[in-house]
Amino acid sequence: MTASTKPSVLEMEAIAARHPHLLNSSTARRRRTVLIGTGVALYLVFSWWFFSIGHVLANANWGIAGTYLADWVSFEVRPEIAIAPDGTMAVSYQRNSPLGKNPNPQWVTLDSQEITRTVEAPAAAAPVQKPKASSSFNFMAPTAALSAGATTGQAAPTTRTEQVVTRAVVTYDRATRIEVADKLVTVTHAGETFTMKVDGADRVTPQTPLPRWATQKRPGEKITLSFGLTGWAEIAGDEVSIRNRFFGWANFLFDTNSPYFGKSYGEVASLILSGDRIEPTRSNLSLAWDNILYNAEWQHLDVWTKLLQTIVMAFVGTLFASFIAFPLCFLAARNITPSGVTNQLVKRVFDFLRSVDMFIWALFFTRAFGPGPLAGISAIFLTDSSTLGKLYSEALENIDDKQREGVKSVGAAPIAVQRFGVLPQVLPVFASQALYFWESNTRSATIIGAVGAGGIGLKLWEAMRTNSDWENVAYMVLLILMVVFVFDSISNACRLRLMGGKAH
Amino acid sequence: MATSVLSRQLSENGALIERHWQELNSRRRLYTTFGLSILALALFASLWFANDSNAGKFVDRLPHFFDFVGDLMPRDATEIGRALLDLPSPYDDGSFKYNYPEGRLYLTDGVYIPEYVHKMLETVNIAIFSTVLGVFFGFCLCFLAARNLMPNPWIRGIVRRLMEILRAFPEVVIAGFFLAILSLGPIPAIAAVSIHTIGALGKLFFEVVENADMKPEEGLRAVGANWTERVWFGIVPQVMPNFVSYFLLRLEINVRASTIIGAVGGGGIGELLRLSIGQGHEAKTLAIVLLLFATIFAVDQFSAWLRRRLVGDQAFELAQ
Repeated sequence: MTASTKPSVLEMEAIAARHPHLLNSSTARRRRTVLIGTGVALYLVFSWWFFSIGHVLANANWGIAGTYLADWVSFEVRPEIAIAPDGTMAVSYQRNSPLGKNPNPQWVTLDSQEITRTVEAPAAAAPVQKPKASSSFNFMAPTAALSAGATTGQAAPTTRTEQVVTRAVVTYDRATRIEVADKLVTVTHAGETFTMKVDGADRVTPQTPLPRWATQKRPGEKITLSFGLTGWAEIAGDEVSIRNRFFGWANFLFDTNSPYFGKSYGEVASLILSGDRIEPTRSNLSLAWDNILYNAEWQHLDVWTKLLQTIVMAFVGTLFASFIAFPLCFLAARNITPSGVTNQLVKRVFDFLRSVDMFIWALFFTRAFGPGPLAGISAIFLTDSSTLGKLYSEALENIDDKQREGVKSVGAAPIAVQRFGVLPQVLPVFASQALYFWESNTRSATIIGAVGAGGIGLKLWEAMRTNSDWENVAYMVLLILMVVFVFDSISNACRLRLMGGKAH
Repeated sequence: MATSVLSRQLSENGALIERHWQELNSRRRLYTTFGLSILALALFASLWFANDSNAGKFVDRLPHFFDFVGDLMPRDATEIGRALLDLPSPYDDGSFKYNYPEGRLYLTDGVYIPEYVHKMLETVNIAIFSTVLGVFFGFCLCFLAARNLMPNPWIRGIVRRLMEILRAFPEVVIAGFFLAILSLGPIPAIAAVSIHTIGALGKLFFEVVENADMKPEEGLRAVGANWTERVWFGIVPQVMPNFVSYFLLRLEINVRASTIIGAVGGGGIGELLRLSIGQGHEAKTLAIVLLLFATIFAVDQFSAWLRRRLVGDQAFELAQ
């Protein structure tokens, strides 16, 4: 029979008496923990107030955040259906539509009829063909557009026969569709059907109760329908705005002006390989390449050049920095240069250069050299030469003195002592540090680029400032991450080989 | 058979070794030459490219190199002090350039904080706050990424990849994204700096955790402690000094980082610095640079002193 492992009360008390410091930690210690905890909590509360975080978060437009995030990986096509008081319609698309100059997507079906209508006065006709500020293209038949334009100038009522759209159906996906006919908008989404009456001027009246996915702030005002990831729609008295969202990066290779636009990969390939020349002066392949490089939406060539600038800035800056740090670190190392004055002087110069941030140097050099990679190179060079100089001199101070003594003992000149007694020990460390900084500078070069010191930073910043090119931001970020990852691996592999298997 | 004079005195084996050594040596020399020439080629191509895509060419701009130093000479030396302390300037002509007193932040009717000091305090506070946030989340994540505490390779891998992404994602983008949602102010800067801090500190933290002594953890495991208890009582007390040391190191880095983010729209002193450089106002620029210099120096010294007290000299390893 085994004894119970659970100690009796008596035993417990005995143990507690033997090790009082383990069971009752000192009051000072406990108080310190509580004090630190309270201090941090108080500081967080203070900061919450100081930055008025609650206020800012409450005023934030989180709806926009969702749209921006969706913009990273998708694009919208925005047909706008203008509804005239007589129930006829006109469809227009956004300027720079990702579907090109003449978007005629299959998911928008239009029935048109020839009707005779009376156009009384320009004032009455105005809403019919009021051009949307954002649309330059009128979807109506050219004749209709022309005749509508002609009526504007006339004051006398006229009658004319026109081809007009009387019924429009927009199909988002299998579960969602919007049908507009006879001033009646019927929306089907998630198995529910919702009907609204529009008057062609400024009032919308729901005919059936509002479903969950529809909102109307005040009676008669516009109704917003949200269909989740597929998009949303807004129904006003005289207009139905459709936002249909598609996954992917539109026009990534060819923009809408390119002759290759809208063709499948197979078609493009066969055109390039065996098609007739689109432009007689050059081959289809060079045309395609040119179209990709100068894609107006994605600006591939520009992005790649800027990315290369960032890489070059980091590369040249770090290389020069290690060149200049190399001789200086011997002056700063106590054990190599015995003069304390020289040591201190060089070390303080390093300290000064380092404490002025790379970013401030970047701002200065942007004024000296003008915006561009030269400013970035100089900024990286100045800050890194000091950091590397400091690290190098520390490595030198840590060397094993025996090798140096050995070389000295056979009567070598001072230079030879450094070459054969010191360098073999520190060179791997030097190279490893330089590689580490090269890789880390590729990252920081993006930031100093944002103030004009060259590289992809400025381009990234501009794309974000417009608030509409988030897909370009995503593309550039992806490129940067790829470059950083590749350089990370290269520099890690080199470092591992240099340091003999010991990761630094 | 060997033909050189030297090898004639060597045995057959010795000659073989000698020849092999010569071969290796020449191959190594070839590789070195090859590597160096590639490096030189890359360097010249890079320089040419950088010069070519710069707004001004290096040779053309060289005479203007010291322009910015010249631009930084204020009209008189006391002007810097006036800019720093928001005192009225004798050169005040009513333009925005010399409106120093306008930036004052009045605490009471007579007592004010000069604009730049106030903004510098804001920047330092951004740095502290975002470092605290970053340390908190980095602390929570690091135990999930350490091999000795998280045997599941999937969770470990996911957490490590997450940290890598947080670390490598450009701060400008995070700041820009939050700027678009939250509008101008310090919060985008806080978000950007703290997200980067989570990734950077998380990595340093889990490396410390992986080096921790596992015996206390085993002891706790033997008496049936669950995972949280084992981590909290077995690992945390060991790693805490190193964590605090890294926290301080990161604080130094973040003071610089929050200045940078400020200049791209995140509030604080960075914004003012960019404005004053853009306006070409020498006294204001110098005043801010002096303030920055003093602050960064003070933070560095303080944290170096504290770190040395906490963990000794090992706290001065490279960490970025």
